Amino acid sequence: MTDKTAITLTINGKDHKISVEPRRTLADAIREDCGQTGTHIGCEHGVCGACTVIVDDAPVRSCLMFAVQAEGKTIRTVEGLADGDKLHPMQQAFMDNHGLQCGFCTPGFLMLAVGVLEREPDISDEALIDVLSSNLCRCTGYQNIIKSVRAAAREMRKA
Amino acid sequence: MSAHTKGSGGDGLKWVGRSIRRLEDPALVQGRGRFTADLPAAHWVRFVRSPNAAGKIRGITAPDGAVVITAADIAGVKKITPMLHKFNYKPVGQPILAEGEVRFVGEAVAAVVAATEEDAEDFADLVEIDIEDAPALVDGRAAIADGAPQLHAGVPGNVIVKGEFKTPGFDDVWTGAAKIIRCEARSNRQNATPMEARAAHAAYDSATGRITLHCTTQMPHLVRTAIADCLGIPESDLRVIAPDVGGGFGQKMSLCPEYVLIAWLARHLQSSVAWTEDRRENLIASFHSRDQYITLEGAFDANAKLLALRANVLANTGAYSCFPTSCGMEPLMAMAEMPGPYDVQQYECLARAVVTNTCTMGAYRGVSRPSITFTLERLMDKAAKAFAIDPLDIRRKNLITQFPYKSAIGLEYDEASYRETMETAVEAINVPAFRARQQLARDKGEYLGIGFATFSERTGYGSPAFAARGMAITPGWETVHISVDPSGFVEARIGSSPHGQGLRTTLAQIIAEEIGVPPQTIKVVHGDTDTAPYGWGTFASRSLVISGGATLIAARKVRAKLLKIAGHMLEAAETDIVLEDGKAKVAGTDREVTVAAMAREAYTQTHRFKGEIEPGLTESGTYDPPGTFSNACHVAIVRLDVETGHVKVERYLVAEDAGRIINPMIADGQVHGGVAQGIGNALLEEIIYDESGAILTANLADFMPPTAHEIPPIELHHMETPSTQSITRAKGLGEGGTIGPPAAIVNAINDALTPFNVEIDTIPATPQRIRALLRNATNSARPRAGGDPGATT
Repeated sequence: MTDKTAITLTINGKDHKISVEPRRTLADAIREDCGQTGTHIGCEHGVCGACTVIVDDAPVRSCLMFAVQAEGKTIRTVEGLADGDKLHPMQQAFMDNHGLQCGFCTPGFLMLAVGVLEREPDISDEALIDVLSSNLCRCTGYQNIIKSVRAAAREMRKA
Repeated sequence: MSAHTKGSGGDGLKWVGRSIRRLEDPALVQGRGRFTADLPAAHWVRFVRSPNAAGKIRGITAPDGAVVITAADIAGVKKITPMLHKFNYKPVGQPILAEGEVRFVGEAVAAVVAATEEDAEDFADLVEIDIEDAPALVDGRAAIADGAPQLHAGVPGNVIVKGEFKTPGFDDVWTGAAKIIRCEARSNRQNATPMEARAAHAAYDSATGRITLHCTTQMPHLVRTAIADCLGIPESDLRVIAPDVGGGFGQKMSLCPEYVLIAWLARHLQSSVAWTEDRRENLIASFHSRDQYITLEGAFDANAKLLALRANVLANTGAYSCFPTSCGMEPLMAMAEMPGPYDVQQYECLARAVVTNTCTMGAYRGVSRPSITFTLERLMDKAAKAFAIDPLDIRRKNLITQFPYKSAIGLEYDEASYRETMETAVEAINVPAFRARQQLARDKGEYLGIGFATFSERTGYGSPAFAARGMAITPGWETVHISVDPSGFVEARIGSSPHGQGLRTTLAQIIAEEIGVPPQTIKVVHGDTDTAPYGWGTFASRSLVISGGATLIAARKVRAKLLKIAGHMLEAAETDIVLEDGKAKVAGTDREVTVAAMAREAYTQTHRFKGEIEPGLTESGTYDPPGTFSNACHVAIVRLDVETGHVKVERYLVAEDAGRIINPMIADGQVHGGVAQGIGNALLEEIIYDESGAILTANLADFMPPTAHEIPPIELHHMETPSTQSITRAKGLGEGGTIGPPAAIVNAINDALTPFNVEIDTIPATPQRIRALLRNATNSARPRAGGDPGATT
């Protein structure tokens, strides 16, 4: 119903030339225009964090950003975490520590935790729980998410 | 005869009892899960929902160029009308789109169809619904008051289920009791809030005329049966697929009218049609839960032994009745299971479901039991106070210790460990040390409290239990087909429909144990009505017990057949053959044959069997158990800020017994998640309507599921009383985590409130409610900074 704008989104190192309305959220553009459905939408009002992606090294809620605002920025989603067949330490830690059940919130938690640990590899336990309370999970009670992220932090510091 | 063991596994089992990694996870951690909303569609739907709680629809005006479907367009589609054949049930039908009048804010009145979601939303914003506003009935008690408006024709007084029970000796025991203790409990309305809200996608196949409906559901087969009934089509013309489902917690076990409409539209348009619910719709128009008033009275003898219980349960089940269970689910479960883990042989109960102008209630993890356990455990703490004895001692006097136990209403309890789990929890939490800390804190004007909850959890019940409710659709059994294909790989097709519970992993462990192949090579397939056997889905802590039992039965048959084939191929007696490491081996020799070779033989060399072994390698198992009782004791330690009413859960401990544990890691995860939801239920989660029936909690800032901040580390202690009522010896544990926290936490809050002589019997126990109590506390007991008012200790 509104005029569309041509933009290029760079997701996991690949350029996607798309045409979107100015009001289109980054979350919708990633999922529908770029076909990367690993990023999930849970609330569309910035509370649940299921749609968290990393934009220029910071975790952001992609439902609260317009696609046009992300042009020229480096976007990373869950699909880009693994290096070929080798899982990212965060993905491996979530599997090893039962950090997921239904898996719907998982991509958002993975991107949140990776984004924060890349910036603050030595984050304190207390600050980590502060960060992880940004996102909602209804299955795990957070116990094993916290355990997973701590385990991944140890691995990431080794690397 | 007691068989309590700490820890899991043992028994020389190779796969059962081990914390193997989940087979579900690799796809999910890489963003390769496939959820309903991931599918592209040619048409998108936006529902236009009623802004009014009650009133006649005078007109619906569509904007130019919009495709708007209303009730008149789907006149042939039947209403959703669940049936009970008992309890004075009054059937009410829910139209797929509101017909003539609306009954709650959020009821779907029209559906707008457009090429994109955005266009559908834009058009929907322009659809005008003219409603002649009528007074709304919001509260359950108001619905049964004299002169209340009648919501549905044929339901005078708004009561659609009325269960009544009384043991013959009740009155005599009641009048002879030493003390009668009363608890007026309020369990407010909540929403299960799975992270994935509802979604449906239907596609028409022009070659066959069939519809394939992907939807986020816990019971795909029942969705197919119900929608085929509503549309009047053969079930074979409808394929229902529950792909990856982002949590359910009961909210996805009832039929949504929206799904019926999406399937109808795909047939009507002969195209693909999708709908993805937004969070606001989920909070106002998906299924609610837990809205109950419970008055519970206990008659005790002079020794604080409970002699009789009298319960009055009023469940506000919303505007319609949920399918298939009906709105009888909450009140009738309350009636059946109210006495919980306590020995009491005299019981009277009146349990009613009433209709109001609110969203329909469905299931939420634990269904009635978080509410009834909360009430019963409050009653026990009040009784302990009245008798001036320790809350633990009153439980010691009353917990069931002899098994099997038949409850007053006739439920058979199999062996459990009510006393033992409580004593385990008591020892682990160290009550004397807490009491000393509590006193020190009070001296500084800080208020700590400890609360206990002991409960039984009926799990894994088959069709007899559901039949007792008189349901026209009686769920219960499960079927599993296990095939070894000609390449030697094992596939199990199941009727259950897991959505986070890890059933692909645990069922593979059960199969691996029987036929000696690694679980990582076994595929468990579910959720597609074209490939899965008819089954009831995943809910009510049933899947591991019932699908697990069916899996064991089928796996034993596969094992027997493999032994027969191996005997034939190895020319050995079956009794000398063991199945392990993907092979059949003749014990004490080097003779062996792989499962793959046996499977190939079973399909392609059957002439060698000379008619002694049937061709192929597929077996089936069906299981329909009577039900078993898991149990647990939960302990909460809370810190109450009397200035703000804020409650922090400092420590949470669970001692639980779910019989044999198949995968301890997964079992722990189920308890963790349950406890977190229970903490939300106890302190945070509340759907609030105003007097006009408008909903005030329509986003996740106002309806607050807990975050990592609100959940303390959860300490788990396991006991195992293998069930005699479950062939895997496992009991269900999906819901138990959620059942205990409202009781344990609110008991702990009341313990903290002791100096102020006020009690809270309402969940969620929000800061506002606690502050209101403290404000009204007597002057002498008012909280003041830096000192213990010392009213009582």
